[in-house]
Amino acid sequence: MIVIRCPYCHELKTEDELTYGGEGGVTRPVAPENASDAEWTDYLFMRINRKGPHREHWCCAIGCGQWFKVTRNTVTHEVIKIDRWDESALG
Amino acid sequence: MQRYSLFHLARQALRGNKRCTPAWNAPTLKSKYDVVIIGGGGHGLATAYYLAKNYGVTNVAVLEKGWIGGGNSGRNTTNVRSDYMFPESVAVYDLALRLYEQLAKEINFNIMLSQRGWVTLIHDQHQLESAQHKRNSLACNGVDAQIIGRDEVRRMIPSLNMQDAARHPVIGAFLQKRGGTIRHDAVVWGYARAADQLGVHIVQGCEVLAFERAGGRITTVNTSRGRISCGAVGVAVAGHSSLIADMAGFRLPLTSHCLQAMVSEPIKPVLNHVVFSPNTGVYINQTQKGELVMGSARDLYASYGQRGTFPTIEKTITAVVEMFPIFGQTRLMRHWAGIVDIVPDSSPILGPTPVDNMHINCGWGSGGFKAIPAGGLLLACSLATGKPHPLAVPFGLDRFRSNRLVDESAAAGSAH
Repeated sequence: MIVIRCPYCHELKTEDELTYGGEGGVTRPVAPENASDAEWTDYLFMRINRKGPHREHWCCAIGCGQWFKVTRNTVTHEVIKIDRWDESALG
Repeated sequence: MQRYSLFHLARQALRGNKRCTPAWNAPTLKSKYDVVIIGGGGHGLATAYYLAKNYGVTNVAVLEKGWIGGGNSGRNTTNVRSDYMFPESVAVYDLALRLYEQLAKEINFNIMLSQRGWVTLIHDQHQLESAQHKRNSLACNGVDAQIIGRDEVRRMIPSLNMQDAARHPVIGAFLQKRGGTIRHDAVVWGYARAADQLGVHIVQGCEVLAFERAGGRITTVNTSRGRISCGAVGVAVAGHSSLIADMAGFRLPLTSHCLQAMVSEPIKPVLNHVVFSPNTGVYINQTQKGELVMGSARDLYASYGQRGTFPTIEKTITAVVEMFPIFGQTRLMRHWAGIVDIVPDSSPILGPTPVDNMHINCGWGSGGFKAIPAGGLLLACSLATGKPHPLAVPFGLDRFRSNRLVDESAAAGSAH
Protein backbone atom coordinates (compact mmCIF):
# COMPACT_ATOMS: atom_id res chain seq x y z
CA MET A 1 0.00 0.00 0.00
CA ILE A 2 1.48 3.31 -1.11
CA VAL A 3 0.74 6.11 1.35
CA ILE A 4 1.70 9.69 0.48
CA ARG A 5 1.15 12.91 2.41
CA CYS A 6 -0.17 15.51 -0.04
CA PRO A 7 2.20 18.52 0.02
CA TYR A 8 -0.75 20.89 -0.49
CA CYS A 9 -3.50 19.77 1.91
CA HIS A 10 -1.07 17.83 4.15
CA GLU A 11 -3.46 14.90 4.48
CA LEU A 12 -2.19 11.33 4.42
CA LYS A 13 -3.63 9.58 1.34
CA THR A 14 -3.51 5.91 0.30
CA GLU A 15 -2.98 4.76 -3.29
CA ASP A 16 -6.74 4.26 -3.69
CA GLU A 17 -7.31 7.95 -2.92
CA LEU A 18 -4.61 9.12 -5.33
CA THR A 19 -4.37 9.12 -9.11
CA TYR A 20 -1.11 8.16 -10.78
CA GLY A 21 0.02 10.59 -13.48
CA GLY A 22 2.96 8.75 -15.02
CA GLU A 23 6.62 9.53 -15.48
CA GLY A 24 7.91 13.00 -14.64
CA GLY A 25 10.40 15.00 -16.66
CA VAL A 26 8.56 14.49 -19.96
CA THR A 27 8.64 17.94 -21.52
CA ARG A 28 6.48 19.01 -24.47
CA PRO A 29 8.55 20.49 -27.33
CA VAL A 30 8.79 24.22 -26.64
CA ALA A 31 8.30 25.15 -30.31
CA PRO A 32 5.98 22.35 -31.54
CA GLU A 33 5.97 23.55 -35.17
CA ASN A 34 9.76 23.13 -35.32
CA ALA A 35 9.92 19.75 -33.55
CA SER A 36 11.05 16.83 -35.67
CA ASP A 37 9.14 13.53 -35.90
CA ALA A 38 11.79 11.97 -33.66
CA GLU A 39 11.33 14.67 -31.01
CA TRP A 40 7.54 14.22 -31.09
CA THR A 41 7.87 10.45 -30.85
CA ASP A 42 10.18 10.83 -27.86
CA TYR A 43 7.78 13.21 -26.14
CA LEU A 44 4.62 11.20 -26.84
CA PHE A 45 5.81 7.64 -26.34
CA MET A 46 9.37 7.02 -25.20
CA ARG A 47 9.93 6.61 -21.46
CA ILE A 48 12.88 5.95 -19.17
CA ASN A 49 10.77 3.55 -17.07
CA ARG A 50 13.41 3.36 -14.36
CA LYS A 51 13.82 0.46 -11.97
CA GLY A 52 14.60 2.13 -8.64
CA PRO A 53 14.18 5.84 -7.80
CA HIS A 54 11.63 7.17 -10.30
CA ARG A 55 10.32 10.71 -10.76
CA GLU A 56 6.58 10.75 -11.29
CA HIS A 57 3.38 12.72 -10.86
CA TRP A 58 0.50 11.96 -8.50
CA CYS A 59 -2.80 13.73 -7.90
CA CYS A 60 -4.61 14.10 -4.57
CA ALA A 61 -7.74 12.91 -6.39
CA ILE A 62 -10.01 12.15 -3.43
CA GLY A 63 -8.83 15.19 -1.52
CA CYS A 64 -7.70 18.64 -2.55
CA GLY A 65 -7.28 17.78 -6.26
CA GLN A 66 -3.73 19.12 -6.61
CA TRP A 67 -1.07 17.42 -8.72
CA PHE A 68 2.38 17.09 -7.18
CA LYS A 69 5.74 15.44 -7.82
CA VAL A 70 7.02 12.32 -6.13
CA THR A 71 10.31 10.44 -6.28
CA ARG A 72 9.53 6.81 -5.49
CA ASN A 73 11.50 3.59 -5.61
CA THR A 74 9.63 1.42 -8.14
CA VAL A 75 10.92 -1.80 -6.54
CA THR A 76 10.29 -1.15 -2.84
CA HIS A 77 7.62 1.60 -3.28
CA GLU A 78 9.50 3.72 -0.75
CA VAL A 79 8.53 7.38 -1.22
CA ILE A 80 11.83 9.27 -1.26
CA LYS A 81 10.77 12.82 -1.98
CA ILE A 82 7.54 14.79 -2.38
CA ASP A 83 7.59 18.19 -4.11
CA ARG A 84 5.12 20.96 -4.80
CA TRP A 85 5.31 22.60 -8.21
CA ASP A 86 6.47 25.88 -6.70
CA GLU A 87 9.37 24.29 -4.82
CA SER A 88 11.59 23.25 -7.74
CA ALA A 89 11.89 23.58 -11.49
CA LEU A 90 9.23 22.03 -13.72
CA GLY A 91 9.63 18.40 -14.62
CA MET B 1 17.69 -37.93 -24.52
CA GLN B 2 14.77 -39.94 -23.25
CA ARG B 3 11.55 -39.85 -25.24
CA TYR B 4 8.55 -39.37 -22.99
CA SER B 5 5.61 -41.77 -23.32
CA LEU B 6 3.22 -43.78 -21.19
CA PHE B 7 5.65 -46.71 -21.48
CA HIS B 8 8.56 -44.50 -20.35
CA LEU B 9 6.50 -43.22 -17.42
CA ALA B 10 5.54 -46.73 -16.30
CA ARG B 11 9.10 -48.05 -16.66
CA GLN B 12 10.55 -45.17 -14.66
CA ALA B 13 7.90 -45.60 -11.97
CA LEU B 14 8.74 -49.32 -11.62
CA ARG B 15 12.43 -48.43 -11.27
CA GLY B 16 11.61 -45.89 -8.57
CA ASN B 17 12.47 -43.00 -10.92
CA LYS B 18 16.16 -43.67 -10.28
CA ARG B 19 17.21 -43.59 -13.93
CA CYS B 20 15.51 -40.33 -14.91
CA THR B 21 17.89 -38.00 -16.70
CA PRO B 22 17.71 -34.19 -16.61
CA ALA B 23 15.35 -32.77 -19.25
CA TRP B 24 18.02 -30.32 -20.39
CA ASN B 25 21.77 -29.93 -19.84
CA ALA B 26 23.73 -27.37 -17.87
CA PRO B 27 26.35 -26.47 -20.51
CA THR B 28 29.59 -24.59 -19.97
CA LEU B 29 29.26 -21.06 -21.31
CA LYS B 30 31.26 -20.58 -24.52
CA SER B 31 32.96 -17.31 -25.42
CA LYS B 32 31.17 -16.94 -28.75
CA TYR B 33 27.66 -17.61 -30.07
CA ASP B 34 25.91 -16.75 -33.33
CA VAL B 35 22.87 -15.59 -31.39
CA VAL B 36 22.56 -14.59 -27.73
CA ILE B 37 19.00 -14.48 -26.41
CA ILE B 38 18.47 -12.49 -23.23
CA GLY B 39 15.65 -13.88 -21.11
CA GLY B 40 14.95 -17.53 -20.35
CA GLY B 41 11.19 -17.33 -20.09
CA GLY B 42 8.70 -18.84 -22.50
CA HIS B 43 9.39 -16.26 -25.22
CA GLY B 44 13.20 -16.55 -25.02
CA LEU B 45 13.19 -20.35 -24.99
CA ALA B 46 10.61 -20.53 -27.80
CA THR B 47 12.80 -18.15 -29.82
CA ALA B 48 15.78 -20.46 -29.34
CA TYR B 49 13.72 -23.52 -30.29
CA TYR B 50 12.34 -21.99 -33.50
CA LEU B 51 15.77 -20.55 -34.41
CA ALA B 52 17.21 -24.05 -34.28
CA LYS B 53 14.24 -25.90 -35.77
CA ASN B 54 13.04 -23.52 -38.49
CA TYR B 55 16.26 -21.71 -39.39
CA GLY B 56 18.98 -24.21 -38.51
CA VAL B 57 20.72 -21.73 -36.21
CA THR B 58 21.92 -23.87 -33.31
CA ASN B 59 24.95 -21.98 -31.97
CA VAL B 60 22.62 -20.13 -29.61
CA ALA B 61 22.77 -19.22 -25.92
CA VAL B 62 19.73 -18.34 -23.82
CA LEU B 63 20.88 -16.23 -20.87
CA GLU B 64 18.63 -16.18 -17.82
CA LYS B 65 19.38 -13.97 -14.81
CA GLY B 66 17.54 -16.25 -12.37
CA TRP B 67 16.07 -19.64 -13.23
CA ILE B 68 14.14 -20.39 -16.42
CA GLY B 69 10.45 -19.59 -16.14
CA GLY B 70 10.99 -17.67 -12.91
CA GLY B 71 9.76 -14.37 -14.31
CA ASN B 72 6.41 -13.69 -15.94
CA SER B 73 6.25 -17.23 -17.38
CA GLY B 74 5.84 -18.45 -13.81
CA ARG B 75 3.73 -15.50 -12.63
CA ASN B 76 0.65 -15.53 -14.86
CA THR B 77 -2.80 -17.14 -14.81
CA THR B 78 -2.02 -19.61 -17.65
CA ASN B 79 -4.93 -18.38 -19.80
CA VAL B 80 -4.91 -18.71 -23.58
CA ARG B 81 -7.31 -17.27 -26.17
CA SER B 82 -7.09 -15.42 -29.47
CA ASP B 83 -10.21 -13.20 -29.51
CA TYR B 84 -8.54 -9.93 -30.51
CA MET B 85 -10.04 -7.21 -32.69
CA PHE B 86 -7.67 -6.11 -35.43
CA PRO B 87 -6.66 -8.50 -38.24
CA GLU B 88 -2.97 -7.83 -37.46
CA SER B 89 -3.44 -8.87 -33.83
CA VAL B 90 -5.63 -11.88 -34.56
CA ALA B 91 -3.03 -13.14 -37.05
CA VAL B 92 -0.39 -13.20 -34.31
CA TYR B 93 -2.48 -14.39 -31.37
CA ASP B 94 -4.28 -17.09 -33.34
CA LEU B 95 -0.95 -18.28 -34.74
CA ALA B 96 0.13 -18.67 -31.10
CA LEU B 97 -2.99 -20.65 -30.23
CA ARG B 98 -2.64 -22.88 -33.30
CA LEU B 99 1.01 -23.56 -32.42
CA TYR B 100 -0.01 -24.32 -28.82
CA GLU B 101 -2.64 -26.78 -30.12
CA GLN B 102 0.06 -28.91 -31.75
CA LEU B 103 2.93 -28.17 -29.37
CA ALA B 104 2.66 -31.13 -27.00
CA LYS B 105 3.05 -33.60 -29.89
CA GLU B 106 5.71 -31.53 -31.60
CA ILE B 107 8.05 -31.26 -28.60
CA ASN B 108 7.02 -34.52 -26.87
CA PHE B 109 6.07 -32.72 -23.67
CA ASN B 110 2.57 -32.63 -22.18
CA ILE B 111 1.75 -28.92 -21.83
CA MET B 112 -1.70 -29.82 -20.45
CA LEU B 113 -3.60 -27.62 -22.91
CA SER B 114 -7.20 -27.53 -21.72
CA GLN B 115 -9.46 -25.79 -24.25
CA ARG B 116 -12.30 -25.50 -21.79
CA GLY B 117 -13.74 -22.28 -23.24
CA TRP B 118 -13.00 -18.65 -22.40
CA VAL B 119 -16.20 -16.93 -21.26
CA THR B 120 -16.46 -13.13 -21.19
CA LEU B 121 -19.61 -12.19 -19.34
CA ILE B 122 -21.97 -9.63 -20.86
CA HIS B 123 -23.51 -7.35 -18.25
CA ASP B 124 -25.49 -4.85 -20.32
CA GLN B 125 -26.78 -3.90 -23.77
CA HIS B 126 -23.62 -1.97 -24.69
CA GLN B 127 -21.39 -4.92 -23.91
CA LEU B 128 -23.73 -7.16 -25.91
CA GLU B 129 -23.38 -4.90 -28.93
CA SER B 130 -19.57 -4.74 -28.65
CA ALA B 131 -19.47 -8.51 -28.22
CA GLN B 132 -21.50 -8.92 -31.43
CA HIS B 133 -19.12 -6.53 -33.18
CA LYS B 134 -16.14 -8.54 -31.95
CA ARG B 135 -17.70 -11.87 -32.93
CA ASN B 136 -18.34 -10.58 -36.46
CA SER B 137 -14.84 -9.19 -36.69
CA LEU B 138 -13.39 -12.53 -35.56
CA ALA B 139 -15.58 -14.40 -38.06
CA CYS B 140 -14.07 -12.24 -40.83
CA ASN B 141 -10.63 -13.26 -39.56
CA GLY B 142 -11.51 -16.94 -39.41
CA VAL B 143 -11.43 -17.33 -35.62
CA ASP B 144 -14.12 -19.13 -33.62
CA ALA B 145 -16.33 -17.09 -31.32
CA GLN B 146 -19.97 -17.09 -30.32
CA ILE B 147 -22.49 -15.30 -28.16
CA ILE B 148 -24.47 -17.38 -25.73
CA GLY B 149 -27.67 -16.40 -23.94
CA ARG B 150 -28.41 -16.08 -20.25
CA ASP B 151 -29.87 -19.57 -19.91
CA GLU B 152 -26.83 -21.14 -21.55
CA VAL B 153 -24.52 -19.23 -19.17
CA ARG B 154 -26.57 -20.50 -16.22
CA ARG B 155 -26.30 -24.07 -17.51
CA MET B 156 -22.55 -23.86 -18.12
CA ILE B 157 -21.65 -22.01 -14.90
CA PRO B 158 -24.24 -22.96 -12.26
CA SER B 159 -22.27 -21.41 -9.41
CA LEU B 160 -22.30 -17.92 -10.97
CA ASN B 161 -24.48 -15.30 -9.27
CA MET B 162 -27.14 -14.69 -11.96
CA GLN B 163 -29.75 -12.97 -9.81
CA ASP B 164 -31.44 -9.89 -11.23
CA ALA B 165 -30.36 -8.05 -8.09
CA ALA B 166 -26.69 -8.98 -8.59
CA ARG B 167 -24.27 -6.04 -8.54
CA HIS B 168 -23.30 -6.95 -12.12
CA PRO B 169 -26.27 -8.76 -13.73
CA VAL B 170 -25.42 -11.25 -16.48
CA ILE B 171 -27.45 -11.12 -19.70
CA GLY B 172 -25.27 -13.47 -21.75
CA ALA B 173 -21.65 -14.16 -22.58
CA PHE B 174 -19.06 -14.10 -25.33
CA LEU B 175 -17.45 -17.51 -25.70
CA GLN B 176 -14.26 -18.61 -27.42
CA LYS B 177 -14.36 -22.40 -27.18
CA ARG B 178 -10.71 -22.81 -28.20
CA GLY B 179 -9.64 -20.62 -25.29
CA GLY B 180 -8.66 -22.16 -21.98
CA THR B 181 -5.58 -22.83 -19.90
CA ILE B 182 -2.16 -24.47 -20.21
CA ARG B 183 0.28 -25.66 -17.57
CA HIS B 184 2.72 -22.71 -17.59
CA ASP B 185 5.83 -24.54 -16.33
CA ALA B 186 5.32 -27.23 -18.94
CA VAL B 187 5.58 -24.64 -21.72
CA VAL B 188 8.89 -23.37 -20.32
CA TRP B 189 10.31 -26.81 -19.59
CA GLY B 190 9.04 -28.25 -22.87
CA TYR B 191 10.63 -25.52 -24.99
CA ALA B 192 13.84 -25.71 -22.90
CA ARG B 193 14.10 -29.48 -23.43
CA ALA B 194 13.32 -29.21 -27.14
CA ALA B 195 15.80 -26.35 -27.68
CA ASP B 196 18.47 -28.19 -25.67
CA GLN B 197 17.99 -31.29 -27.85
CA LEU B 198 18.71 -29.17 -30.91
CA GLY B 199 21.98 -27.91 -29.40
CA VAL B 200 20.95 -24.62 -27.78
CA HIS B 201 22.81 -23.67 -24.59
CA ILE B 202 20.51 -22.69 -21.72
CA VAL B 203 22.52 -20.76 -19.15
CA GLN B 204 20.80 -19.98 -15.86
CA GLY B 205 22.08 -17.60 -13.20
CA CYS B 206 23.69 -15.44 -15.88
CA GLU B 207 22.83 -11.74 -15.76
CA VAL B 208 23.55 -9.34 -18.61
CA LEU B 209 25.50 -6.35 -17.26
CA ALA B 210 26.56 -4.32 -20.32
CA PHE B 211 27.10 -4.36 -24.07
CA GLU B 212 30.26 -3.57 -26.03
CA ARG B 213 29.55 -1.92 -29.36
CA ALA B 214 31.39 -1.21 -32.57
CA GLY B 215 29.93 0.43 -35.68
CA GLY B 216 26.33 0.48 -34.49
CA ARG B 217 26.42 -3.24 -33.63
CA ILE B 218 26.74 -5.12 -30.40
CA THR B 219 29.92 -7.17 -30.54
CA THR B 220 30.09 -8.48 -27.01
CA VAL B 221 27.66 -9.11 -24.18
CA ASN B 222 29.18 -8.70 -20.72
CA THR B 223 27.52 -11.00 -18.24
CA SER B 224 27.93 -11.98 -14.61
CA ARG B 225 29.59 -15.16 -15.93
CA GLY B 226 31.94 -13.55 -18.42
CA ARG B 227 32.14 -11.92 -21.84
CA ILE B 228 30.36 -13.42 -24.84
CA SER B 229 30.98 -12.41 -28.44
CA CYS B 230 27.82 -12.55 -30.48
CA GLY B 231 26.50 -12.28 -34.00
CA ALA B 232 23.05 -11.07 -33.02
CA VAL B 233 21.19 -10.36 -29.79
CA GLY B 234 17.53 -11.21 -29.11
CA VAL B 235 15.74 -9.57 -26.21
CA ALA B 236 12.76 -11.27 -24.55
CA VAL B 237 12.64 -9.85 -21.03
CA ALA B 238 9.09 -8.40 -20.86
CA GLY B 239 8.83 -5.90 -18.00
CA HIS B 240 12.59 -5.40 -17.82
CA SER B 241 13.00 -4.49 -21.52
CA SER B 242 13.59 -0.80 -20.74
CA LEU B 243 16.70 -1.74 -18.72
CA ILE B 244 18.23 -3.72 -21.60
CA ALA B 245 17.31 -0.93 -24.05
CA ASP B 246 19.01 1.58 -21.75
CA MET B 247 22.21 -0.53 -21.77
CA ALA B 248 22.02 -0.60 -25.58
CA GLY B 249 21.46 3.16 -25.81
CA PHE B 250 17.83 3.56 -26.88
CA ARG B 251 14.44 4.03 -25.28
CA LEU B 252 11.19 2.10 -25.59
CA PRO B 253 7.56 3.24 -25.28
CA LEU B 254 7.06 1.00 -22.24
CA THR B 255 5.88 1.41 -18.69
CA SER B 256 6.36 -1.51 -16.31
CA HIS B 257 3.49 -2.40 -14.04
CA CYS B 258 2.75 -5.05 -11.46
CA LEU B 259 0.08 -7.58 -12.49
CA GLN B 260 -1.11 -9.81 -9.68
CA ALA B 261 -2.83 -13.13 -9.39
CA MET B 262 -3.71 -15.42 -6.54
CA VAL B 263 -4.81 -18.97 -5.89
CA SER B 264 -7.14 -20.55 -3.35
CA GLU B 265 -6.83 -23.86 -1.56
CA PRO B 266 -7.91 -26.79 -3.77
CA ILE B 267 -11.60 -27.62 -3.78
CA LYS B 268 -13.70 -30.18 -5.67
CA PRO B 269 -14.34 -29.48 -9.38
CA VAL B 270 -16.90 -26.69 -9.59
CA LEU B 271 -15.82 -24.36 -12.39
CA ASN B 272 -15.31 -25.79 -15.88
CA HIS B 273 -14.44 -22.63 -17.83
CA VAL B 274 -12.35 -19.51 -17.61
CA VAL B 275 -14.74 -16.72 -16.64
CA PHE B 276 -14.01 -13.02 -17.11
CA SER B 277 -16.15 -10.10 -15.99
CA PRO B 278 -15.44 -6.88 -17.89
CA ASN B 279 -17.11 -4.83 -15.17
CA THR B 280 -14.79 -5.94 -12.40
CA GLY B 281 -11.79 -6.86 -14.55
CA VAL B 282 -11.62 -10.19 -12.69
CA TYR B 283 -10.97 -13.52 -14.35
CA ILE B 284 -11.12 -16.88 -12.65
CA ASN B 285 -10.61 -20.54 -13.47
CA GLN B 286 -10.08 -23.77 -11.59
CA THR B 287 -6.88 -25.73 -12.09
CA GLN B 288 -6.76 -29.49 -12.59
CA LYS B 289 -5.62 -29.68 -8.95
CA GLY B 290 -8.78 -27.86 -7.86
CA GLU B 291 -7.33 -24.48 -6.92
CA LEU B 292 -9.16 -21.35 -8.01
CA VAL B 293 -6.81 -19.05 -9.92
CA MET B 294 -7.89 -15.43 -9.85
CA GLY B 295 -6.51 -12.26 -11.35
CA SER B 296 -7.65 -8.76 -12.17
CA ALA B 297 -6.36 -5.46 -13.52
CA ARG B 298 -2.75 -4.35 -13.18
CA ASP B 299 -1.71 -1.90 -10.47
CA LEU B 300 -2.01 1.50 -12.10
CA TYR B 301 1.37 2.94 -11.03
CA ALA B 302 4.79 2.02 -12.43
CA SER B 303 6.27 -0.90 -10.55
CA TYR B 304 9.06 -3.46 -10.64
CA GLY B 305 7.92 -5.00 -7.34
CA GLN B 306 7.37 -8.69 -8.12
CA ARG B 307 4.92 -9.27 -5.27
CA GLY B 308 1.26 -8.79 -4.46
CA THR B 309 -0.20 -5.71 -2.80
CA PHE B 310 -3.18 -5.79 -0.48
CA PRO B 311 -5.45 -3.18 -2.14
CA THR B 312 -5.50 -5.29 -5.33
CA ILE B 313 -5.96 -8.57 -3.47
CA GLU B 314 -8.92 -7.08 -1.62
CA LYS B 315 -10.53 -5.70 -4.81
CA THR B 316 -10.07 -8.98 -6.66
CA ILE B 317 -11.45 -11.13 -3.88
CA THR B 318 -14.41 -8.79 -3.34
CA ALA B 319 -15.34 -9.11 -7.02
CA VAL B 320 -14.86 -12.89 -7.06
CA VAL B 321 -17.14 -13.38 -4.07
CA GLU B 322 -19.71 -11.06 -5.65
CA MET B 323 -19.65 -13.19 -8.82
CA PHE B 324 -19.41 -16.55 -7.01
CA PRO B 325 -20.89 -16.26 -3.50
CA ILE B 326 -20.19 -19.98 -2.88
CA PHE B 327 -16.43 -19.25 -2.89
CA GLY B 328 -16.83 -16.97 0.13
CA GLN B 329 -15.55 -19.58 2.59
CA THR B 330 -12.56 -20.59 0.49
CA ARG B 331 -9.16 -19.68 1.87
CA LEU B 332 -6.48 -17.95 -0.17
CA MET B 333 -3.27 -19.95 -0.44
CA ARG B 334 -0.73 -17.87 -2.41
CA HIS B 335 -0.48 -14.67 -4.34
CA TRP B 336 2.14 -13.46 -6.78
CA ALA B 337 2.91 -10.73 -9.29
CA GLY B 338 4.69 -10.36 -12.60
CA ILE B 339 6.05 -7.18 -14.15
CA VAL B 340 4.21 -6.49 -17.38
CA ASP B 341 5.42 -4.11 -20.09
CA ILE B 342 2.56 -1.81 -21.05
CA VAL B 343 2.65 -0.11 -24.47
CA PRO B 344 0.41 2.91 -25.26
CA ASP B 345 -1.54 0.92 -27.91
CA SER B 346 -1.56 -2.39 -25.97
CA SER B 347 0.14 -4.22 -28.82
CA PRO B 348 3.53 -5.96 -28.77
CA ILE B 349 6.78 -4.58 -30.14
CA LEU B 350 8.50 -7.08 -32.44
CA GLY B 351 11.56 -6.99 -34.66
CA PRO B 352 14.53 -4.69 -35.27
CA THR B 353 15.73 -1.97 -32.88
CA PRO B 354 17.92 1.12 -33.41
CA VAL B 355 20.91 -1.20 -32.78
CA ASP B 356 21.65 -3.10 -36.02
CA ASN B 357 21.98 -6.64 -34.68
CA MET B 358 19.60 -6.41 -31.72
CA HIS B 359 16.04 -7.64 -32.18
CA ILE B 360 13.31 -7.38 -29.60
CA ASN B 361 10.12 -9.13 -28.49
CA CYS B 362 8.32 -7.14 -25.79
CA GLY B 363 5.23 -5.11 -25.00
CA TRP B 364 2.80 -8.01 -24.66
CA GLY B 365 1.53 -6.41 -21.47
CA SER B 366 -0.73 -8.80 -19.63
CA GLY B 367 -1.10 -11.07 -22.70
CA GLY B 368 2.42 -12.49 -22.93
CA PHE B 369 1.81 -16.07 -21.87
CA LYS B 370 -0.84 -16.77 -24.50
CA ALA B 371 1.49 -15.40 -27.19
CA ILE B 372 4.64 -17.41 -26.40
CA PRO B 373 4.82 -19.63 -29.52
CA ALA B 374 4.14 -16.72 -31.89
CA GLY B 375 6.48 -14.36 -30.03
CA GLY B 376 9.24 -16.96 -30.25
CA LEU B 377 8.64 -17.75 -33.91
CA LEU B 378 8.57 -14.09 -34.97
CA LEU B 379 11.69 -13.12 -32.98
CA ALA B 380 13.50 -16.17 -34.37
CA CYS B 381 12.70 -15.02 -37.92
CA SER B 382 13.96 -11.53 -37.15
CA LEU B 383 17.22 -12.85 -35.66
CA ALA B 384 17.84 -15.38 -38.44
CA THR B 385 17.07 -13.15 -41.42
CA GLY B 386 17.72 -9.67 -40.01
CA LYS B 387 14.25 -8.62 -41.13
CA PRO B 388 10.91 -8.81 -39.32
CA HIS B 389 8.54 -11.67 -40.14
CA PRO B 390 5.65 -10.44 -42.36
CA LEU B 391 3.25 -10.91 -39.42
CA ALA B 392 5.53 -8.79 -37.21
CA VAL B 393 5.80 -5.84 -39.62
CA PRO B 394 2.74 -3.97 -38.20
CA PHE B 395 4.26 -4.33 -34.72
CA GLY B 396 7.64 -2.72 -35.36
CA LEU B 397 9.11 -0.12 -33.02
CA ASP B 398 8.93 2.34 -35.95
CA ARG B 399 5.11 2.40 -35.74
CA PHE B 400 5.27 5.02 -32.99
CA ARG B 401 7.15 7.39 -35.27
CA SER B 402 5.02 6.68 -38.34
CA ASN B 403 1.89 6.90 -36.15
CA ARG B 404 0.46 3.55 -37.31
CA LEU B 405 -0.62 2.27 -33.92
CA VAL B 406 -2.54 -1.00 -33.52
CA ASP B 407 -4.80 0.22 -30.75
CA GLU B 408 -6.12 -3.04 -29.31
CA SER B 409 -7.12 -1.59 -25.94
CA ALA B 410 -9.40 0.97 -27.57
CA ALA B 411 -10.80 -1.57 -30.04
CA ALA B 412 -11.54 -4.33 -27.55
CA GLY B 413 -12.69 -2.04 -24.77
CA SER B 414 -10.60 -3.80 -22.17
CA ALA B 415 -7.01 -4.13 -21.14
CA HIS B 416 -5.03 -7.09 -22.37
